[in-house]
Amino acid sequence: MSDFAVELRNVIKIFPTPEGGQVKAVDDVTIHIKQGEFFSLLGPSGCGKTTSLRLMAGFEWPTNGEVYIDGKLMGRTPPYLRPVNTVFQSYALFQHMTVFQNVAFGLEMEKVPKAGITRRVEEALEMVKLSGMGRRRPKQLSGGQQQRVALARALVKRPKVLLLDEPLGALDLKLRKEMQLELKALQEQVGITFVYVTHDQEEALTMSDRIAVMNKGKALQIGLPVEIYERPNCRFVADFIGETNFLSGTVKKVSKEKVTVFIPALSMEIDGIGHGSFSAGQNVAVSVRPEKIRLADDDGKPVSGLRGTENLLHGKVVTTAYIGSDTRVDLDLGHDVRIRAWEQNDISTLDPEAYYADGDAVRIYLPYENTLVLPEDVS
Amino acid sequence: MTTAQAPGKAVRRFSLKKVLRESSVAQGLFLIGPTNTYLIVFMVIPLILVTVLSFLSRGTYGEVVYKFSIESYLRLFDPLYAKILGYSLLVGLLTTVLSLVIGYPMAYYIARAPARQRSLYLFLILLPFWTNFIIRIYAWIMILRSSGFLNSFLQWIGVIHEPLNILYTPTAVLIGMVYEFLPFMVLPLYTSLEKIENAQLEAAADLGAPPWKAFLRVTLPLSVPGMIAGTILVFIPAMGMFVVPDLMGGAKTMLIGNVIRNQFLTARDWPFGAAASMLLMFLTMVFTLYYTRKAGFGEELLL
Amino acid sequence: MSEKKPALWLRIYTFLVYAYIYIPILILIIFSFNKQKLNIRWEGFTLEWYDKLFKDHQVLLATRNTLMIAFIATIVATVIGTMAALALQRYHFPGYGASETLMYIPIVIPEVVMGISLLAFFALIKFKLGLTTITLSHIAFNIPFVALVVRARLHGFDKSIEEASMDLGANELITFWRVTLPTIMPGVLSGAMLAFTLSLDDYVITYFTAGPGSTTLPLRIFSMVRFTVTPEVNALSALWVAVVFVILFISEYAQRRRA
Repeated sequence: MSDFAVELRNVIKIFPTPEGGQVKAVDDVTIHIKQGEFFSLLGPSGCGKTTSLRLMAGFEWPTNGEVYIDGKLMGRTPPYLRPVNTVFQSYALFQHMTVFQNVAFGLEMEKVPKAGITRRVEEALEMVKLSGMGRRRPKQLSGGQQQRVALARALVKRPKVLLLDEPLGALDLKLRKEMQLELKALQEQVGITFVYVTHDQEEALTMSDRIAVMNKGKALQIGLPVEIYERPNCRFVADFIGETNFLSGTVKKVSKEKVTVFIPALSMEIDGIGHGSFSAGQNVAVSVRPEKIRLADDDGKPVSGLRGTENLLHGKVVTTAYIGSDTRVDLDLGHDVRIRAWEQNDISTLDPEAYYADGDAVRIYLPYENTLVLPEDVS
Repeated sequence: MTTAQAPGKAVRRFSLKKVLRESSVAQGLFLIGPTNTYLIVFMVIPLILVTVLSFLSRGTYGEVVYKFSIESYLRLFDPLYAKILGYSLLVGLLTTVLSLVIGYPMAYYIARAPARQRSLYLFLILLPFWTNFIIRIYAWIMILRSSGFLNSFLQWIGVIHEPLNILYTPTAVLIGMVYEFLPFMVLPLYTSLEKIENAQLEAAADLGAPPWKAFLRVTLPLSVPGMIAGTILVFIPAMGMFVVPDLMGGAKTMLIGNVIRNQFLTARDWPFGAAASMLLMFLTMVFTLYYTRKAGFGEELLL
Repeated sequence: MSEKKPALWLRIYTFLVYAYIYIPILILIIFSFNKQKLNIRWEGFTLEWYDKLFKDHQVLLATRNTLMIAFIATIVATVIGTMAALALQRYHFPGYGASETLMYIPIVIPEVVMGISLLAFFALIKFKLGLTTITLSHIAFNIPFVALVVRARLHGFDKSIEEASMDLGANELITFWRVTLPTIMPGVLSGAMLAFTLSLDDYVITYFTAGPGSTTLPLRIFSMVRFTVTPEVNALSALWVAVVFVILFISEYAQRRRA
């Protein structure tokens, strides 16, 4: 048994377009997915995540590069000969069969004897909390129930890897959140590798052991959720995950601890951290997440808790949005530069003075450890 | 878990199964192959044959002589046949217009009926058409002839004293044709009308249009695709029809279809019949191309 | 469209049109029971025409032929037509446009022309006219109709169930048999029904491709209408109508049961 449940090595997939041209849906992607991992492919529509999944499942064959499942090269092996199973976005349940027959189908293909089929199907239905629904037809089930049937149908075959293509997309918010937890628990219980495709970054962060962020056919960054969030390696990743503020500029100076960037729009320099190598004159994007910014009234009074390594900017409050747990403050830094800060409402008070009001002049502290210098794009 | 059962075939040998599995183009060709073959043999080749035939000549005893000649086409210009052609076009046109006029209000009524009843109404229109076509014509013969039902009834209630001579006239042919083609007009019209969103009519009313104006400026234009589809479905077959004129029109009413039929079966002048067929086909194609360009083929007809 | 109650005149008008459609048939049926031979006046109720009908060899032969031809033509056309529908709806291949046009030809072409061209064709290859030629011709015009109907039903087909099937271990053939076919079956059956009806009812093309010895029901009815004119024709017609009604009601009932 190999270390890796799934591997894509330098995979390229090219599709012909209806107009006669070509499009690179997957552009030189290399991913190694570990055994037992919950791995997500995350990105906007058209980024290549679904195509990558289909390459693993065997519905597409790579134009170039190799796909390995459990250490074995897949080549042009068709889907019915691969030890992986897929949960489809549209569930793809067989409408002309009952729930039981749907789940049993894969076992029939394996020529499992009838008694064995019955036992395993009932086990699978129990696992997804649908015991007793065996005789119903897909039409008679709700969206959430259909989704579970699709899950049971795939899991009953005990595949080495389960591929899930945006399975929760059609569900309403509440149900989706419930299912996220259930899926995660299920994965831990069953112990098999899950490869999960989604465009919802919150979902990916919640459920995954590791995430691959994709855009335009490329895998931009692969890492733990915390790595993706706190150490994005390029502007796109920083932008796609969570919320952040960007300031464009050029590198002035590079030292061991920090990178100094000149922001033309503000005519000032900002210190930040750059992970990776930067050279003077390089165009960069400075990224600061809104929750990492500290605000204080511009009244000259000292602010507690600062370390002295912060960048200090001045600005004016444009609007605020009170969310309850925090307040979202839109700030105008002058010269048409706007940023957003999230101030946690950590003191329970009704005193209006405690909250920022439109027009207030504020001091804006950007701690340099939270100020990330990113290359404009890893293209 | 699955030890991929590699088939025992040597990879080097050409495997049809493999080609079919891996190439979607191959699969497509495999699926369309039988149809294309069959239709080329039984449709294209016969039609090419007819084309060739139209340029050949007729021998003394009615056999086909392999000599190139455009004599058949020239004969088509004979006033006799020009009249028949004109007649066919006229009948086709009248049938189309009449079925449009008669069928439109009906289609409108059904489109506005409660949803549950609509399929019943449509079913009722189609029901008679599951019976045989000739039977239906015979029914009209029974009604329209001098000793027929209509005349008996009218005489009985005293409206007329001598039987009306309806059968074996162009009028009878029209009655029969419209009867045959009515559903082909009503159904596409219905499909078109049914698709008109209520909201559009409400918007028209909201903007100040009285019902008749809303009908003229909103409903009617939106039902044009249905009218076009219906026209295609009626005009073309009507032009080529020969059964109705044969049974209900007597010797006086001859259409192109009758001419073609006669040339092939009684007069035995195949080249001439072929030429007439070419003419009919030409008219058909012109008409179809013109109208499908306007309407786009397909949706309305795929009931 | 709106479901407001339409004007009274519209309702009356529609009723009249329905009358126009149905009265001829009703008259036909009624007079099939008429004692009088010439169908002029009502003279009394009788079943003698029906009796004559069942003893009419020609009619019985024609019925048998018609059914046989319809069955064979339907089965062949349905298989070929369904394949074609699948091809056109889901695949791209060289000659796609030409294939599509080819399929529409039998639908657009006037029946007379198709009839005589087939006649000429069979004459050329010296294939004797008979039941076989009729059947071959029927298949030709049935294929496009089947394909059209099946294609219309294929529109909403979700390909992912086929992928799911393969994902679960079924190869292409098993997937087609166990998943694709059952799913498109309603459309295929519709197409088959249409083909059967067209074949059963066909007069023009059959007329040209039938040999001297072979007769089908439509041909027989035609000659009866043309030459014989006894109420036997009415009886035949009435029976035909009755059979059709029964079949339709059964199929409606069956559809209701399944749904």
